[in-house]
Amino acid sequence: MADTELTGAEIVVRCLAAEGVEHVFGYPGGAVLNIYDEIYKQDKFLHILVRHEQAAVHAADAYARSTGKVGVALVTSGPGATNAVTGIATAYMDSIPMVVITGQVPTPAIGMDAFQEVDTIGITRPCVKHNFLVKDVKDLAETMKKAFYIAATGRPGPVVVDIPKDVTQHLCAFHYPDSISMRSYNPTSKGHAGQIKRAVQMLLEAKRPVIYAGGGVILGDAAEQLIELARYLGFPVTNTLMGLGGYPSPDPLFLGMLGMHGTIEANMAMQHCDVLLAVGARFDDRVIGNPKHFQKEARKIIHIDVDPSSISKRVKVDVPIVGNVGQVLAELTKLAQAAGHGPDPESIKAWLAQIELWRSQDCLKYDRESAVIKPQFVIEKLYEVTGGDAYVTSDVGQHQMWAAQYYKFAKPRRWINSGGLGTMGFGLPAAMGVQMAHPGAPVACITGEGSIQMNIQELATCKQSNLPIKIILLNNGYLGMVRQWQEFFYEERYSESYVASLPDFVKLAEAYGHVGMKIEKPEDVEPALRKAFGEYKDQLVFLNFITDPRENVYPMIPAGKGLSEMILI
Amino acid sequence: MRHIISLMMENEAGALSRIAGLFSARGYNIESLNVAPTEDASLSRMTIVTRGSDEVIEQITKQLNKLVDIVKVQDLSDGCHIERELMLVKVKATGEYREEMKRMADIFRGRIIDVADKTYTIELTGTGAKLDGFLEALDPAAILETVRTGASGIGRGDRVLKI
Ligand SMILES: Cc1cc2nc3c(=O)[nH]c(=O)nc-3n(C[C@H](O)[C@H](O)[C@H](O)COP(=O)(O)OP(=O)(O)OC[C@H]3O[C@@H](n4cnc5c(N)ncnc54)[C@H](O)[C@@H]3O)c2cc1C
Ligand SMILES: Cc1ncc(C[n+]2csc(CCOP(=O)(O)OP(=O)(O)O)c2C)c(N)n1
Ligand SMILES: [Mg+2]
Repeated sequence: MADTELTGAEIVVRCLAAEGVEHVFGYPGGAVLNIYDEIYKQDKFLHILVRHEQAAVHAADAYARSTGKVGVALVTSGPGATNAVTGIATAYMDSIPMVVITGQVPTPAIGMDAFQEVDTIGITRPCVKHNFLVKDVKDLAETMKKAFYIAATGRPGPVVVDIPKDVTQHLCAFHYPDSISMRSYNPTSKGHAGQIKRAVQMLLEAKRPVIYAGGGVILGDAAEQLIELARYLGFPVTNTLMGLGGYPSPDPLFLGMLGMHGTIEANMAMQHCDVLLAVGARFDDRVIGNPKHFQKEARKIIHIDVDPSSISKRVKVDVPIVGNVGQVLAELTKLAQAAGHGPDPESIKAWLAQIELWRSQDCLKYDRESAVIKPQFVIEKLYEVTGGDAYVTSDVGQHQMWAAQYYKFAKPRRWINSGGLGTMGFGLPAAMGVQMAHPGAPVACITGEGSIQMNIQELATCKQSNLPIKIILLNNGYLGMVRQWQEFFYEERYSESYVASLPDFVKLAEAYGHVGMKIEKPEDVEPALRKAFGEYKDQLVFLNFITDPRENVYPMIPAGKGLSEMILI
Repeated sequence: MRHIISLMMENEAGALSRIAGLFSARGYNIESLNVAPTEDASLSRMTIVTRGSDEVIEQITKQLNKLVDIVKVQDLSDGCHIERELMLVKVKATGEYREEMKRMADIFRGRIIDVADKTYTIELTGTGAKLDGFLEALDPAAILETVRTGASGIGRGDRVLKI
């Protein structure tokens, strides 16, 4: 008996269901109307209607970041696709698994400058892991399977599937492949045994070791394996901005974040270690500063990464291990334990003592007696009030750095921010994605008055989808991060960094049907937070904290300088 | 240093632009690039000539390998290999040029593949240096047009790029 034939639109919906997709973030338009019609008829997944396509993609991205599953967004052709590009690039830079389905004009119209036609494949090519234009309905199911497979495996990343409207109408028998294999795509997961052996030997001989762990630990769900290795060896650990939560912050071996706004203890340990174990981290310019300065000190580097091109890209390494972090870390621990002896305890003790000296400079101190609200204080109170257990999303700027420094993340996938692209406007839609994935869990969006206005329209989405997000606005009245650079490096010429004509955020929140609060005094910070997470638990609360407009993020390594050249408070 | 990189890729629409895009986005230089399908119609074979420090070449091969459409990458410069390039040159064939051009083509083992009243078209294969040498040997006033394919490369002996 011949299989019943389905339309391309039905096939798309069936593929998503077969992938176990529960949430799709999107926005309709002409080219995807057939798909939307099928969405209307099904009950396998929920569609969340956003107010701007960028937000759909950020929400899908954050959904992925907080769950480990592939996020899914759906947008129309032309302006729908171009609006999605910032979101796609954001996910690409942070290696987030995501499938973005874009509508396209009908195949005969492609290349005709048709209504709402853009070359989506061409525009997104540099910011996707891969993309597909589906020209024949017969290829649709297999392409969808490939898209999910490519997005989630190896170094994860966004995949775009561009589907012309006529393909969504054409008929074809539906068969979703159980698995897929591609001769041109075979990510490595198991590390090279010889290199792993060399690495273990190097670790056991280390006198001043540091483990530098990045986003790869989160993406690879390897926090457990990292903790096991670090504790077994007794080695200190620092996290990149993307790695926070991969090692529990309250742990005594934790050095805090490193890099441009990292702690003294992390940056000095990184600079002066003799053996560096880099785990799923990519030696970003915001992390090691000037590579020449970094390479002035002799040290041995072991680097674990699934992506060979991350290894020896900015810094030459001694022991490259291409593989999945979890597997490689477990292997390292096993071999280290089998060695029968640990690293030299006297050396490690002396090194940890040196680290405590650096730590004792207390580089994250700030004025706790201040009569105006200090942004750091708000984050510390947020940490207390949420018991350190909230999902925290962030926008981009000073508030992002304070969130990273003062909210002591203890678990992976709780800290959701745009590190690589640094996309203002990420925070609120990201919080929507997280809240959809974790209904009932506390979700805080830490933002600035500049950033929040970049996707403020999403307050309507939150209303429609009942998302009780807590917006923690650190309102300093400035594009603070820009203002800080202008203060430090442009002789206080504050060119266009003052955000004049701010809206009344309380009224704005209320206009969208939410709760708004304005908090101006330090003593009101904690009660407001308690109220937001207590009494107003089930509502979106927009907390407008009026904070010190002149506060800066310390420490800071000026661009182009080395790790030991920090500006301190 | 100059490197000649050979690769096999899926014969899919857009694969070439991914490679060109990679080189321009990351600021790698392409001296020449040529591509054509292989005996297996689902695969194309490309030869890229590029220049860069060892670190840059290492990144280029890693980044090429990372492209989902690329099946295999080999830096031919890592071992013994042969390179050939094809050039077509249209030259003046009037007056004393008519004999001289024929003689030059013979010396360089070229072939005249089109003869007209006033022009010859000469076909020449060889390394890039040989083709350069031929052009230098000709009277510049006689050269009307040149077209070159860029290098194709293949490993010597048992060195085979196959999937
Ligand atoms: C305003 C601002 C300030 C910033 N300041 C800082 C700062 O002070 N400090 C800081 O650290 N960052 C800072 N950043 C972020 C910075 O720009 C980078 O995004 C970040 O440092 C990169 O983190 P990462 O090295 O962990 O790499 P990621 O981008 O998280 O990359 C992950 C790496 O792990 C690999 N990987 C992925 N999955 C696996 C797996 N399963 N197994 C093995 N490997 C895997 C990937 O191939 C990749 O190489 C700042 C950003 C902004 C916007
Ligand atoms: C889309 C986008 N545009 C511009 C920038 C550059 N930028 C980085 S931080 C920043 C200021 C952010 O201001 P605000 O949201 O108020 O945060 P604050 O630094 O004051 O905490 C700007 C403009 C960016 N990161 N993203
Ligand atoms: Mg601000």
